[in-house]
Amino acid sequence: MSGVLHDDYVPKTRGEKWVERRLPIISLLYGTLMIRTPRNLNWMWIWGIVLMFALVGQIATGVVLAMHYTPHVDMAFASVEHIMRDVNGGYMLRYFHANGASLMFVAVYAHIFRNLYYGNYKTPREITYIIGILMFVLMMGIAFMGYVLPWGQMSFHGTSVITGLFGAIPFIGESIQTWLLGASAVGQPALNRFFSLHFLLPFVLLGLTIVHVWAFHTTGNNNPTGVEVRRSSVEEAKADTVPFWPYFILKDFYALAVVLAVFFAIVGFMPNYLGHPDNYIPANPLATPSHIVPEWYFLPFYAILRAFTGDVWVVMFVDWITFGIVDAKFFGVLAMFGAIVVMALAPWLDTSMVRSGRYRPMFKWWFALLVVDFITLMWVGAQPAEGIYPYIALIGATYWFGYFLVILPVLGVIEKPLTPPPSIAADFAAHYDPQTGGTKQFAGSPAE
Amino acid sequence: MFKTLALGAALAISALPAFAEGEGHITDYAFSFEGPFGSFDKLQLQRGLQVYTEVCSSCHGLSFVAFRTLSQPGGPELPEDQMRAYAEQHSVFDETLNDGEGGERPATPADRFPHSSLSNAPDLSLMAKARAGFHGPYGTGLSQLFNGMGGPEYITSLLHGYEEPPACAPEDFEGYYNVVFAAGGYPEECKDEEGHHLFPGSWIAMPPPLSDGQVEFADGSRNDVEGMAHDAAAFLMWTAEPHLNSRKQAGLTGVIFLAVLATLLYLTNKRVWAPVKAGGRPIGHDQHGV
Amino acid sequence: MSHTEAPQGTRRDFIYYATAGAGAVVTGAAVWPLVNQMNPTADVQALASIRVDVSGVAPGTQLTVLWQGKPVFIRARTEDEIAAARDVDVSTLPDPDANNANLGEAPATDENRSLAPFEGSELPAGTWLVQMGVCTHLGCVPLGESGDFGGWFCPCHGSQYDTAGRIRRGPAPRNLPVPVAAFVDAATIQLG
Repeated sequence: MSGVLHDDYVPKTRGEKWVERRLPIISLLYGTLMIRTPRNLNWMWIWGIVLMFALVGQIATGVVLAMHYTPHVDMAFASVEHIMRDVNGGYMLRYFHANGASLMFVAVYAHIFRNLYYGNYKTPREITYIIGILMFVLMMGIAFMGYVLPWGQMSFHGTSVITGLFGAIPFIGESIQTWLLGASAVGQPALNRFFSLHFLLPFVLLGLTIVHVWAFHTTGNNNPTGVEVRRSSVEEAKADTVPFWPYFILKDFYALAVVLAVFFAIVGFMPNYLGHPDNYIPANPLATPSHIVPEWYFLPFYAILRAFTGDVWVVMFVDWITFGIVDAKFFGVLAMFGAIVVMALAPWLDTSMVRSGRYRPMFKWWFALLVVDFITLMWVGAQPAEGIYPYIALIGATYWFGYFLVILPVLGVIEKPLTPPPSIAADFAAHYDPQTGGTKQFAGSPAE
Repeated sequence: MFKTLALGAALAISALPAFAEGEGHITDYAFSFEGPFGSFDKLQLQRGLQVYTEVCSSCHGLSFVAFRTLSQPGGPELPEDQMRAYAEQHSVFDETLNDGEGGERPATPADRFPHSSLSNAPDLSLMAKARAGFHGPYGTGLSQLFNGMGGPEYITSLLHGYEEPPACAPEDFEGYYNVVFAAGGYPEECKDEEGHHLFPGSWIAMPPPLSDGQVEFADGSRNDVEGMAHDAAAFLMWTAEPHLNSRKQAGLTGVIFLAVLATLLYLTNKRVWAPVKAGGRPIGHDQHGV
Repeated sequence: MSHTEAPQGTRRDFIYYATAGAGAVVTGAAVWPLVNQMNPTADVQALASIRVDVSGVAPGTQLTVLWQGKPVFIRARTEDEIAAARDVDVSTLPDPDANNANLGEAPATDENRSLAPFEGSELPAGTWLVQMGVCTHLGCVPLGESGDFGGWFCPCHGSQYDTAGRIRRGPAPRNLPVPVAAFVDAATIQLG
C-alpha cells in the first residue's frame, strides 16, 4: 500500500496461508500497522489518532444514547432529562457525548493548523487534504444536527438561524430552507430528520476516515522537515523511518491517554462549561434568547458570516454589480463557506518550493498571525454585533482570505527559504546525536 | 512555535471581557459542592426541600424530579417512609383510574413533583443549570469558569436581591425591584440620555418570596432571607444535577486511571524509542528484507 | 512483540506487562457503562414495586390494578368462596402447582394460593387472593364471579378457574400466577 519501501507480509503458518489465499486481510492489517513512518514526527502528529478514537467513542456513546432518546418535540427534552436522571450511568454517557464534540473540534483544529504549518497539503498529498476538509465540513454538519436534538432554547433558535442561512440563497433559497426543515419553520419534521442524519452521517465520516488513511498511506506521511523519505534504496528508506508499530502506536497512545485525562477532568468536573446554559430551558418558539451564540467551535466561521454587513464597500459593490442578487445576507453566507473553500484550495495557492514552514522565515510570522486571527475570530464571534466588534470581525475575516488568496501565492515568490536538511535521518540524528547535546535539549520528544 | 501560539491563545481567551453591563452584583457564596472534591450537604438539601415545599412550591413546579430521588444516595437522602409520606401529600392525575377515564390519586415515590401552578412561573428543576451563565448576551457556560461561580450563586443572590426601588421609578411601575435580576422591565425615568441604566438590576415579576424567619428549620439553622436562599439554591442545584456526587467521583477515578496509564505508556514509549534515539537500528521487525 | 528480544530482561518486561494490563483495565472500564445502560432504568425499577390501598375492598368484591403493564386481581373472598376453594382435592387439579411467586414449587392448595392477612386483621385467614389477571392460555383477561366454578371465566376460549384462581377446565394449562405480594400495613398491599 505504501509508496515507501517496506517489508511485505509473508504468511508463515498453514492457517495464515489458508486465510491469505481467500482474503488478504492479514497482509492488509500488517501493511497498515507496520507501515514505515518518518522517525522524526513530532507531537503535532498525534491528533489523527485522537480524532479516530474520539469518533469511535462518539459513535459508541451515541448509539447507546439513541436507545433512550425520543425524537419528538414534546418528548425530546424530557427524554434527555430521563437519560441524565434515570438511565444507569446516563449522565456520564451524555456528558461524554456532548463534550466529545468539543474534543473532536480541538483535535481537528490542531490537526488542520499542523497541516497548514508543515505544508502537508502540498504535492503529492492534495487528495488526503481535500478529503480531510470534506470530513471537517461533514463533522460540522453532524455537530450542528446533534446540538438540535436536546430541543432546548439554543437548539431550537440556533436551528432557525442556521437553516435561515440557506434561505439567503437568491431565488431558490426559501424552497431549500423549506425542504431542509420539511415545514416553513423548525418543528417536528426537522427534529426527526436531524436525528436520523445525526445517526447516519458519523458512519459516513468513519468511511471517509478509511479513505483518508488509505490516501496518506499511499503517499507516506509528511514530517516536520517536509523532506520526503528517500526511496532509492531499502537502507536509506529504513534510515529515515521506523515501523508504525510499536514506535508510533505507543507514542500516540501515550498522547491519547494524556488528552483523555484532561477530557475526563472536564467531563467529571465541569461538563457544562462549554455548552450554553439556555439549552437547559425547553424550546419555546415564542421566546427567543436575547443572544444566540453557536457552540465555540463554530464561532470563527460565525464571525466571518456576520463580518460582511451592508455598509462594507465590497459588499455594496458586489450588490450593485450583481443587480442586488448577492445582497449582504447572501454575501455573508458565501463568505462563510468561502472561508472553508479557500482553505481547501491551499495546495494550489501555495507557490513555495519548500514544504515545511520550519524553513520559511517569513511564512512563520504570517502563519502565526493566522492562528491569532482564528482565535480572535472565535472570540469576536461570541460578542454582540455592535460597537467595535464588527470592525474586528471584518479585519479578521479579511486576513483569513488575504492569507490564502494573497500571502500564500506571493510569499512563495518573494521569500528566500532556508535549506532543509538533506534527509530525515540527518534531521533526526542532529537532534539525538549525543555529541551535539541534542538529546538533552530535546529529551523525551522526537525532533521539533 | 506551537508553544508560543498556545500561550498567545491562552492570553487571548483570558482577555475575554468581564460580563455585562446591567448585570447586578452576584455574590460568590460558598457551597459545599464546589470544586472537584465538593459534594452535596444532605442536611442543607433537606432544609432546601423544606423552603421549596413551604414557599416556592405554591407557584413553581419541579416536574423533572421524581419523589423517589429524595431518598437516593447523593441527595437529601430522606428515609424511605418520610419520602413516601412526602409524596402522598401530592395528588397526581392517573389516566388508568376509573376504567380509563382517569382521576386523581395520591402520588407514589415513582411519580414526579407537580408542574408549575402559575403559567408565568418557570419550572425550577433545571434552573440552577439554566442560569449558570446568569442572564444576557454573555451568558455562556464559560461564565462559570471566568467568574468562578454559576447558577446556585445567582439564585441565592437573586432571592436576596430585593431592595427598595430607586426614587426615579414611578410608583406604579410593574414588578418588584431586584438588584440582581437583569432581564426584567426597566422604567424610562431611570435611564440616562444614552439609554444606560442608572441603577443595577431591573424589575422582576416575582414578588419577594422570602422574609426573615419565614421557615422554621428543625435543626435551628439560619433562617434569615440569605440563609434560606442559600439552602434553596443548594437544593435546586441538586434537582438540576442529582448525580453530581457520583459524576465527580467517576471523573476523579477516570483521571487517576488515565494518569497511571499515561505514566506507564510514557515509560514504555521511552524504552522502546531509546535504541532508535541512541542512533542504533530500531528493534524488531527489521530482520527480514524487502 | 518487541519485548521478546529485550536484552536486559525482567524490568523491561514488567513495564510492558503493566502497560498492557492497565490498558486492558481502562478499556474494560470504558465498555462497562455501554453495557450497563441497557439494564432497567431507575424509573422502570421504581415501578417494579407498587403499593395498593385495599381498605375499600370488602369481602365479595375485587380490585383490579395495573402493575407493570398487566392487570392484577386483588379479591377479598367471602367465607363461602374460601370454603369452596379449600374443599377441592389437589390431586384432581389439572395444574397441581400453586404457581405462587412468593413460594416457589408448592402444591396448589388454597393456603398456598391466598395471601396471609395483616397481623391482627379481623378477616378470616385466606380472605385475600392476589393474582395476575392474565389467562394462562393466550393472555386474555378473565371475567370474575363467573364460570362453572364460581371463580373466573375466560371469554376467549372458555377456560374455567375456581375461587382460588386454579384452572379447572378448558384449554389453559396453568393456574393464574400469584405475584410477589405482601401486606405492609392493615390497608396496603405491596406488589413486587
